[in-house]
Amino acid sequence: MIGIGVLRGMGVTFKTFLETYPWGRGLLRALRIPTTNGLVTVEYPDVKQQHHERFRYFPFLVYDQTPDNLRCVACKICEQECPPACIHIIGPAKDEQGRPAKAHGRTYPVEFDIDISVCMSCRICVDVCPFDAIEMDNQYELSGFDRFGQMVFNKDKLLKPNDYFQRIKPTEAATVDARLAAKKK
Amino acid sequence: MQELDQVFVNAKGWLLSLFPIGLRPWVSIAVSVGVIAAIAPFIMMYLTWLERKIIARMQNRFGPTRVGVYGLLQPISDGIKMLIKEDIVPRGADPLLHILAPILSLAPAILLFAVMPFGRNMIAADLNVGLLYLFAISSISSYSIFMGGWASRSKFSILGAMRGVAQIISYEVPGVLSVVAVIMITGTLSMVGIVEAQADQWFVFTPWGIVGCLMFFLSGVAEVNRTPFDMPEAESELVGGFHTEYSGMKFALWYMAEFLESFAICAFTTTLFLGGWQGPAVPFWVLGLLLAVIVATGTKLPAPIRSVGAAAMLGAAVLWRTQVIPSWAWFLAKTYALVFVLVWLRGTFPRLRVDQLMGLAWKFFLPLGLVNIVAAGIWWSLRETPWFGWIASAVVLALSAWALVLANKPEPLQPRTYIYAD
Amino acid sequence: MNSQTHPIETELLEVSLGPQHPSTHGVFRMNATLDGETIVKLKPVMGYLHRNHEQIGEGITYIASFPFTDRLDYFCAMSNNFGLALAIEKLGGIAVSERGEYLRVIMAELTRLINHTAVTGFLLNDMGAFGTPLLYAFREREKILDLFEAASGSRMMCNYVRPGGVREDVPEAWLERAEKLVDGYPAFLDEFEKLLTENEIIRQRCQHVGILPKELAINASATGPLLRASGVDYDIRKVDGYSIYSRFNFRVPLGTVGDVYDRYYVRILEMRESVKILQQALKEIPTGAAISPKGLAMVKAPRTFRPPKGEAYGRIESPKGELGFYLVSDGTPQPYRYHIRAPSFVNLTILEDMCLGHKVADVIIILGSIDIVMGEVDR
Repeated sequence: MIGIGVLRGMGVTFKTFLETYPWGRGLLRALRIPTTNGLVTVEYPDVKQQHHERFRYFPFLVYDQTPDNLRCVACKICEQECPPACIHIIGPAKDEQGRPAKAHGRTYPVEFDIDISVCMSCRICVDVCPFDAIEMDNQYELSGFDRFGQMVFNKDKLLKPNDYFQRIKPTEAATVDARLAAKKK
Repeated sequence: MQELDQVFVNAKGWLLSLFPIGLRPWVSIAVSVGVIAAIAPFIMMYLTWLERKIIARMQNRFGPTRVGVYGLLQPISDGIKMLIKEDIVPRGADPLLHILAPILSLAPAILLFAVMPFGRNMIAADLNVGLLYLFAISSISSYSIFMGGWASRSKFSILGAMRGVAQIISYEVPGVLSVVAVIMITGTLSMVGIVEAQADQWFVFTPWGIVGCLMFFLSGVAEVNRTPFDMPEAESELVGGFHTEYSGMKFALWYMAEFLESFAICAFTTTLFLGGWQGPAVPFWVLGLLLAVIVATGTKLPAPIRSVGAAAMLGAAVLWRTQVIPSWAWFLAKTYALVFVLVWLRGTFPRLRVDQLMGLAWKFFLPLGLVNIVAAGIWWSLRETPWFGWIASAVVLALSAWALVLANKPEPLQPRTYIYAD
Repeated sequence: MNSQTHPIETELLEVSLGPQHPSTHGVFRMNATLDGETIVKLKPVMGYLHRNHEQIGEGITYIASFPFTDRLDYFCAMSNNFGLALAIEKLGGIAVSERGEYLRVIMAELTRLINHTAVTGFLLNDMGAFGTPLLYAFREREKILDLFEAASGSRMMCNYVRPGGVREDVPEAWLERAEKLVDGYPAFLDEFEKLLTENEIIRQRCQHVGILPKELAINASATGPLLRASGVDYDIRKVDGYSIYSRFNFRVPLGTVGDVYDRYYVRILEMRESVKILQQALKEIPTGAAISPKGLAMVKAPRTFRPPKGEAYGRIESPKGELGFYLVSDGTPQPYRYHIRAPSFVNLTILEDMCLGHKVADVIIILGSIDIVMGEVDR
């Protein structure tokens, strides 16, 4: 019979229309029609979506206790492996005699820049880092008007404490901490 | 209750009484024109809001929520945005026609309001050729669409304009034919006369009336280029069709014309087939009482639904019996119900192809419209025995519709098979 | 004057549909020649989104190509990763962990669900629906993307599958969540079909439009649902039996006419089969490591992976068709040659043959029914 398909389609949209209102859901329930909560929109600036712990955005550098005690030793593996080549490291730092300078028993980078407008959040830098010095952040509200001033993150902007890492990614941070503790022994 | 019904009419009468007798006809015209000119943009603005809200809800979304409570100020912010946008005339376009076209499309849309009977005694001009005026005015939009498409000097615009003209001219024929039956039965072209003829029975409750109503409504949808008949705009194919090259306020004028015309189509369908400003002639309050009893005693329903439903039905029955609902409220309620249907169609369907659209008009609606006149004739000549006339005309219509479907051999009737390979 | 003796002189109209056009699925251009509304000639123009994917891949390590493959067909990142992983495994002889195999199949089939629902929604959008089917499709897609985010950390650019398995195991309770979603999927498909399958307008628009004959489809080496809708039984999951697909019980739906409607419906049927595969895989998945030791070593230090000289071709049945990765190694950490057989690109070459004689409106839905993503076509 011609026309039935059209009417059934209209039925589907009307059911969805009703499902978005509490009274509509009540009506459908009263008629013994299975319902779901119709509204799926997350009203973004007011309500933020609950992201999973593994949600990754741009990388950051982890430090323990004080910012000069950063885990990065400027080995430049991440710079080499970064697919879009957005990491730029100068270092390791040298003292006046040209010998590697050390802080807390480790070499450290002079400059560490990540061009986050080029970064594609692939997480390869985290995978390859032998020192667990770089991790993925979950901050995503980073828009700005200045391409080089705001979109190129330098060392100061990238450094974040281990507490922060433990807060945003508890499971991953726990395994990393366990690994580092095992290494120390 | 009479006061509420006539509140706008009395207000106008009071306003007129402030002026000397000689000026009153002129003031009366000025007031009517002023009111229409003031409410038309308002109606259009809130139709866009309504459409966005309803379609959003059908798509699991909120729709506009940001500007004002429930996004109620959204149309105003849209209007401001449109006003401050750059007005672009493409190079090589005809600037004069380019600006005239949207104006020419808006003017008839507003003119249609002149013969719209909003309520008892609430019509700007009760022309005795009201229906003729309706069709004469509404056909002007084909000129404006072609003008706009041609003046834009864009291939997409030309294609859209060609489609628009073909479609509007084609759908005018079934549109007029569907109304011929109404003219036959009522013997008048005046809108007020037609509404008053439906005091005993809305025409939609007769076989020829329901067919005519559907045909008039669908042809109207086609004439105002809305989904599923939005061929001239065809966003996915022709970018924007005839208004591809329009921006800013000129674009807004096109939209205003489209929305006002779709409101007009709903209003005139209400007037011609749904009893206009009149409440249901059938003693619906009896039905309401009956429903109240059924709902109250329905054991399958949960208790709150039962009590609320019964109270609502009882209330509705009392309202109907005492006739407190003013005529203009009836008219607006019916019209907005049709507007909801219009939006519902848009939210559900894809559009037809241009040749299928023409086929529908010429191969199905046109013959059915002619049969419908015959059916109305049968119904009228057998009015002494109403049930027999009703059945006879229904049979004629059903048989011819079925024959038309068979004669057109629509491909969707063939079933499809799918094989599974392991 | 004597217009009866002379035919009306008409002119052909050349319209450039695209590269900026609402329905070309990205920056794609069709130079159409119209007689009235009928297509008499159509020339597809590609290359507006070319971004040197293959050349870049020859300058970086094998692993570093994975995030770039996410951007090929951005609807099916997981499948793309899977294809490249297969090629690298063949080249370097890397064993795959058992749990990794299952996780990869689960991800690939979830990707198929995403792609097929979304493409059906887009097809309806091309037909002029005001986005309703598309938004229903996206509503379900978001749920699957949530799963992807929980597993890989990213919704679309997953970068999850690695040679030897997957980068990291799925988090706790992920499998139960996936199972719940998969079990609820047929109900959504029923609703979706109720909206579309029987709809007369859609049948009018789609049936007998853009018919692709069997012979032409084979000659043009079309693959995927496009080929199967024309009635050719060719599904790489069955033909090649790659990964662990031979362990699952599923069927391959075939169309009979080969028009737009068949392509739509074959996709719906394929989704139902994918749901079956997913249910089996989620039930049978073993515990253990998600990645084999050799694969893990490669992830940790990409430059240590130096495959022997030689070549390898890994192919999968991606939602769009046969997605093949061809790698040539010269013994260095970077591939000597890296080539992709993109299904969208190959399927697009027969666009003109399907469109001739149809109306402008049909071109759009035929293009929509081929299911292209410009990121994959232009690479």
